[in-house]
Amino acid sequence: MNYTVLIGGAAGQGMDTLSELLTKSLKRYGFFVFKHSDYMSRVRGGHNFIQIRFSDKPVYTYEENIDIIFALNKETIDLHKGRLKEDGIILADKEVSEENNILALDLEDTAKNAGNSRAMTSVGMGSIIKMLGLKSDKALKVMEDTLKESILDVNMNAFSKGYEMVEKRFNLDSMNDGRILIDGNTAVAMGAAAAGCRYYCGYPMTPSTTVLSNMEKWSHGLGIFTEQVEDEVAALNMALGASYAGVRAMTGSSGGGIALMSEALSLAGIIETPVVIINVQRPGPATGLPTRTEQADLRFVMHSGHGEFPRMVISLRNVEDAFYQTTRAFNLAEKYQIPVILLSDQYLADGATTTVPFDFKKVKIERFLHEEKLPEGRYKRYELTESGVSPRIIPGKFEDKVVLVDSDEHDEYGNITESAQVRKDMVDKRNKKGALLESEIQEPWLIGVESPENLIVCWGSVYGPVKEAIELLVEEEISIGALVYGDIYPFPIKLLQEKSKSAKRIIDIENNSTAQLDGLMRQFALIKSDIKILKYDGRAFSIDEVYRRLKEVIE
Amino acid sequence: MTCEYDLYDPSWCPGCGNYMIIKALKQALEELEIPSHMAVIVTGIGQAAKMPHYIAANGFNGLHGRALPPAIGIKLSNKDLTVIAESGDGDTYGEGGNHFIHTIRRNINIAHFVHDNQIYGLTKGQGSPTTAMGQVTTLQYDGVKVEPVKPLALSLTMGAGFVARGFSGDIPQLVELMKEAILYSGYAHLDIFQPCVVWNKVNTFQWYKDRVYKLPEDYDYTDFNAAYKKAMEFGDKIPTGILFKVEKETYEDRFEFIKNGPPLVDAELNPMDAEKLLNDFY
Repeated sequence: MNYTVLIGGAAGQGMDTLSELLTKSLKRYGFFVFKHSDYMSRVRGGHNFIQIRFSDKPVYTYEENIDIIFALNKETIDLHKGRLKEDGIILADKEVSEENNILALDLEDTAKNAGNSRAMTSVGMGSIIKMLGLKSDKALKVMEDTLKESILDVNMNAFSKGYEMVEKRFNLDSMNDGRILIDGNTAVAMGAAAAGCRYYCGYPMTPSTTVLSNMEKWSHGLGIFTEQVEDEVAALNMALGASYAGVRAMTGSSGGGIALMSEALSLAGIIETPVVIINVQRPGPATGLPTRTEQADLRFVMHSGHGEFPRMVISLRNVEDAFYQTTRAFNLAEKYQIPVILLSDQYLADGATTTVPFDFKKVKIERFLHEEKLPEGRYKRYELTESGVSPRIIPGKFEDKVVLVDSDEHDEYGNITESAQVRKDMVDKRNKKGALLESEIQEPWLIGVESPENLIVCWGSVYGPVKEAIELLVEEEISIGALVYGDIYPFPIKLLQEKSKSAKRIIDIENNSTAQLDGLMRQFALIKSDIKILKYDGRAFSIDEVYRRLKEVIE
Repeated sequence: MTCEYDLYDPSWCPGCGNYMIIKALKQALEELEIPSHMAVIVTGIGQAAKMPHYIAANGFNGLHGRALPPAIGIKLSNKDLTVIAESGDGDTYGEGGNHFIHTIRRNINIAHFVHDNQIYGLTKGQGSPTTAMGQVTTLQYDGVKVEPVKPLALSLTMGAGFVARGFSGDIPQLVELMKEAILYSGYAHLDIFQPCVVWNKVNTFQWYKDRVYKLPEDYDYTDFNAAYKKAMEFGDKIPTGILFKVEKETYEDRFEFIKNGPPLVDAELNPMDAEKLLNDFY
């Protein structure tokens, strides 16, 4: 089984609440769910839609074909009716449309009778649950758990009326639940909280804002300092102050905000102060498409910041990966005293997915702070060591030892210097850490067949649609598989070298227009892709699109 | 435990006001008996910003204009540290103007010493945000064409609870002002006049000496209107001392877990503490 419900309308019609309730209900009925929002950069009006796909098997992305459209306005019907499956149905208020094959219900009046015309979405939800053939209990419980007391009765009443007014069309049974439903940004925030992050400041920027708002929500319970600061310049400079003082610190934004952090990123590099930064990508350049998705900042975060200094870039592939990689990022940042950049995107950030609950017992916090006695004399914050990593202490914890960090080139004590020899030693020291990082990097995930003739390469959130498309193609006995990169800089080359040998063709799939991963492969592995499947219209790949475009190039 | 703050000899020009300021700073910290490992000097970039290199305290010599954000990060992470942000007029009122405004709004418990010589020193003599209108500089050949910032009036109107002015030519007064600023619970803004002997031929040591006067004993520093008047007094006579001082709730005290808990840096980190967050997602 595999169903998709699409809810469409203008901003401000209550779609967010409805989709949240419906998605959570479907999860509680035991289905695997994926919720994908397509919204415009406006608070009222426009055309927004949300697709909720659910199945008895894990789902990772959205599909083009739809079973039920719940249209809150006429535009929704006009735009999406072509995607309706043969036995699909459109549900709308009679005022919206009374065309053929549309189930025009008296939603608004029913809601009015239930107590408030704004509860129209709950009438619709009742009807949808009934049409799917599900009992009403779990959905009502979700409403009870989610809605405010003051509007609960009206909405439950509206739901029941909606449930009564339609007939069953599908015959679904509930399954076992036990999973969580979470989006990418929340998973990142939860990873940071689990990793002991005590400092997250940022400036609102779509689609990164919910990382900040989640941290803010949890801050008092967990003792995490969060603040909406004056700008992104302050956000990263403050984080570096916090990290210098000894707390685990993180900040984040989307491309424009990350651009403002460039100078402080370079500062993190030279003062060798650990920090974790998340870039939730949206299409640029400049303001670009604020509420849409793209994977075009890979080169940007690899090179952002003036001068040469080591850093690590990790792209996030799904919500589970987002959680665990965020926890790992904090350890890597402290182990090597470097900035670690996480790359997400709007598609992963906003897409709610069911997943196995995160295992907090698996999370290890490794600080790598120097705690033993220090030698007599001044503390050398930048002591030259074989590994390039100097023993790091924090201010105030060692009597008579002070910690000096400096954005100027500095000697081992942290004091400003222009010595040619010291400069060279310090550059070498920092670069050694970069070389060491290569021992930490994880090879990409291999999915599909073990030694595919058709070798896909991709990174980050493209994982979802690629995984599901490959499953379909493997069923057709096509020799296909993919390397899905998480760690992406330093660039892991072993598996690529190995798998490319037996591949007939390498197909690069990316959500950008310049095939940035292909560039990295050429640069670091001297391997290039043969075919590129690129998408840069601001939308994420659907399974269907990946499947279709792969079929075109394989056959 | 030591409160001895001497380190290297500075590389400032002979006669630079910074020599007096560093002398006063060391004396203030020593008289307050703050152990050197518990004090942090945070600076941006400029001549004044070299301070951490010449004083045996913890130091964070960051980016131009960005002394305040790391100072805030440090103080919030470890409230037991004495945090002093220190930088020049260009760093603070120019490049870092936005941070200056918002740091005042926060009222975090740090002291902020601005070395104000009304000129850019490190980059060789360009006009600064406090250079007078019409003054000829190495860049503004035919005179500065913008109004100078009035730093004390700005911090007052933004709501700062401690606003003061010192002069590098009066070390005993400067030491007292620094001590008051460090002891003040909240954001303390101390603008310090200093001559730049190389690049500012207008605002010389003598220029300041002829103009500065101490606020009288009976001056009421809790009177905002009086303070505002004094902050705008910038001509033949310029007042020094504490212009304004009132008690205000500090930023960190608005966070219950910071106010009543141990410093954030001492928190025991355990991933299991966050596991309960999952409950909302079932």
